[in-house]
Amino acid sequence: MSRDGIKDKVAIVGVGCCQFGENWDQSPSDMIVDAAYEAYADAGIDKPQERIDAVFTGALYTQKGPHECSDALKLWKPVTMVSNYCATGTDAFRCGVMSIAAGMYDTVLVVGYDKPKDRGVSGPSVMMNGVRDLPQTPAGWFSLCAATYFAKYGAGREDLAKIAVKNHHNGTLAPKSFLKREITIDDVLNARMISWPFGLYDCAAQTDGAAAVILTRADLARGYRDDPVLVKGVTVQAGPNPQKDPTNDFLSWKPTGWAAEDVYRQVGITDPRAEIGVAQVHDCFSLTELLSYEDLGFCEKGAAKEHIAAGDFEIGGALPVNTDGGLKTFGHPTGATGVRMIYENTLQLQGRAEKRQVAGVESKLALSHNIGGHPTACGIAILGRD
Amino acid sequence: MTGVAGIQSYGAYVPRTRLPLSVIGGGRLKEGGPEKAVAWNDEDSVTMAVTAAVNCLRGLDRGAVDGVMFASTTYAFREKQAAALIAKALDLPRGIRTADFSGSLRAGTAAIRSAIDAVAAGSARNVLVIASDSRMGAPGSGLERNGGDGAVAFLVGDTDAVASLSDAYAVSDEIVDLWRGDGDRFVHSWEDRFVIQEGFTPNMIEAATGVMGKLGLTASDYASICLYAPDARSHAGVARGISAKSDQLQDALFGRLGNTGVAFAPMQLAAALESAKAGDRILVANYGDGAEALSFEVNDSIEKLADRRGVSWNLARRRVVSSYDKYLKARSLDSREWQAGGDPGLSATVHFRERDEDISFCGQKCLQCSAVQFPNQRVCETCFAKDDFEKARLSDRVGKVVTYTFDFFFPTPDPPTVVTVTEIDGARVHLQLVNVAPADTRIGLPVEFEFRRIHEAGGRPNYYWKGTPLPDTDEVD
Ligand SMILES: CC(C)(COP(=O)(O)OP(=O)(O)OC[C@H]1O[C@@H](n2cnc3c(N)ncnc32)[C@H](O)[C@@H]1OP(=O)(O)O)[C@@H](O)C(=O)NCCC(=O)NCCS
Repeated sequence: MSRDGIKDKVAIVGVGCCQFGENWDQSPSDMIVDAAYEAYADAGIDKPQERIDAVFTGALYTQKGPHECSDALKLWKPVTMVSNYCATGTDAFRCGVMSIAAGMYDTVLVVGYDKPKDRGVSGPSVMMNGVRDLPQTPAGWFSLCAATYFAKYGAGREDLAKIAVKNHHNGTLAPKSFLKREITIDDVLNARMISWPFGLYDCAAQTDGAAAVILTRADLARGYRDDPVLVKGVTVQAGPNPQKDPTNDFLSWKPTGWAAEDVYRQVGITDPRAEIGVAQVHDCFSLTELLSYEDLGFCEKGAAKEHIAAGDFEIGGALPVNTDGGLKTFGHPTGATGVRMIYENTLQLQGRAEKRQVAGVESKLALSHNIGGHPTACGIAILGRD
Repeated sequence: MTGVAGIQSYGAYVPRTRLPLSVIGGGRLKEGGPEKAVAWNDEDSVTMAVTAAVNCLRGLDRGAVDGVMFASTTYAFREKQAAALIAKALDLPRGIRTADFSGSLRAGTAAIRSAIDAVAAGSARNVLVIASDSRMGAPGSGLERNGGDGAVAFLVGDTDAVASLSDAYAVSDEIVDLWRGDGDRFVHSWEDRFVIQEGFTPNMIEAATGVMGKLGLTASDYASICLYAPDARSHAGVARGISAKSDQLQDALFGRLGNTGVAFAPMQLAAALESAKAGDRILVANYGDGAEALSFEVNDSIEKLADRRGVSWNLARRRVVSSYDKYLKARSLDSREWQAGGDPGLSATVHFRERDEDISFCGQKCLQCSAVQFPNQRVCETCFAKDDFEKARLSDRVGKVVTYTFDFFFPTPDPPTVVTVTEIDGARVHLQLVNVAPADTRIGLPVEFEFRRIHEAGGRPNYYWKGTPLPDTDEVD
């Protein structure tokens, strides 16, 4: 557990994101340059070599991150690569935030990126580093809560389908999203099965992509923008492997609940439902989003399906979730995802989210959440205006 | 009681999957017609051997086994022993002798005879002999129609033998009849009529009459006669040649099992023991580069041997594959896919470190809090004690399903793959299930464990365990 947290010590002054998708004609460097230069422009930085003190990069599919970033951006600076499964983006962000809060640097660049589409396989990779690791796909891991959750709370595939329909709709509103296509409940229920109960539309789209954030000391922020966004809290939490944890009930993923407890304490949140105005939640699969509503305290355990039916998590609802389409349709380049969420939350808090803008969110908090591994790692970041 | 060396126990394995002969070549399924047992994509001669051995050793002390002899013409390696892998999968002690017998269909009976000789000579006490084969007939060939896959295991010793070897007679013959060269996928054969008339039939008759002559017996003295044969017609020819009557002939299971190669005659012996009575005589004659005949006498101990998972137990459990395409995929005979890439495979050092978990399916029990866990780890998952564990074998335990999913994306010839978290003595293990339809998968389902191929990488098969529902009938123990 963190002691005091880093509330209001660090500010976001620039964000950028490349077009997500099957970027066949772009190298990792091309995408990194797109995202970072958009963030520079957003922060009004025209000589990055003079303004950026250090770089924190997050990627899962490569080990070349430090060189790929410094070489693409010609930033011969301290460069650190972070890798933490699907929480990679949030963790790279956390490391950047901590470095400034510690007084080590004034201004840093955080870049999350991944290029899964260069591997020559369309779906997830099937791990090859051990005998026992092989026989599963991520869909196979994340679906393990379904049989148990459905049996206990009477939910079903239709409840999950509504989440996919919502995220497909939101994706049509985000210029840089991969899939821009409305779908129906029937489309979801009739799609080809990936791992029960997940059909094609219950799964996130794997894409290439990069996203970038520029952080600086809170007291320097207005030198860059007059509407800086403050980091209110950030955490990363490890949990036991649910596949061998003898106490796992398969009704929720432990790391999410534990991370939420830590970060809510840092920020001083007691009623997340009322205090949070918009959330980007890790929807690698529809059920992951559903469980996160409950594990993040957006509703009671077991009650998600009523709130889904009431439209609470749609844009215009009580607590809009995945306003840019989420991993589902914006795309999921693993290392980029957490940073892309912070990009979206920053735009929302600054009233720059155009067609998907959540009304009145400027006076509230914005939450982003990643969970990954088996799942065994969760990252949460909470942002707000002063 | 110490006595004549012989067979103390037996067990068999037949793959659940049955391919109806009617669908071969793309034909339509005819219900109730002849079929053959086929090893599925996660099975091979080694996995079948392990399950047959587990069935043979059920209820017996594995620690007493001091030798493993494995016979097969089909094993993934030219150099690297299968018997050692099988011994490890069975979690047998390290201080045992192991050997592979290969190169001929006669390898199975050669191994049985060698084991009995070793015990009789006093150089071994309890030898596990396993014969297993999964020979590949070229698509469209006679071997594809008549062949089948299966395994059988015998425990050989000199106390409480249920059947003792009275005598044996072997003939060695040089003839180019069946062969498979280095790198060949399929078995080749010279013209059938030549092979049957000049090779198979005379050699078999010579061996069978040879052993009967040594013992002063004729065919009519035998309760069952087990004959290797490539097909039903040649089987009948040898039977006529030694004047065996049809009620003495052990059913060769054409149309149900198929010719299981090295395991074929030994499986008939196991089937004969299932219904044998004290005092019965059993003749086993096997072919391959000559022939070998073994004459057994059944002892009183047969009445004491608990029911085994033998040939009939296995034949009663079937899953019909109605599509020839799926069979071709499962056996990697579909040239359009399943090409192995040029990958280096799994790290040999990782494989080495994980042998206890992956091959023996052993976890650990915390000596502080008694929690059982898998895989082995230095710090206890439950009480955080460090380095204070004892080994806990999970492979022979019964587990229950905690949760499950059906993975349609995992590569297999007939998706979905049933994937579970299964609890075994309190340990949670992420495990695939076999022999169960999605509709029958449920939370709380009791499962036992079978050794299977989990995947192939770098041209090498990798083995691990899968769950299978507890059999509903004929429970042995
Ligand atoms: C669901 C999944 C298996 C589909 O992969 P696939 O079967 O190889 O699909 P392909 O890439 O061949 O695409 C086939 C079509 O479906 C579309 N598609 C792919 N994934 C999609 C998705 N998740 N949702 C909607 N449509 C999708 C493609 O755009 C393509 O459409 P087109 O033919 O109109 O161009 C893959 O997207 C996936 O694995 N997602 C999960 C990612 C994951 O595991 N993340 C880790 C979580 S922590």
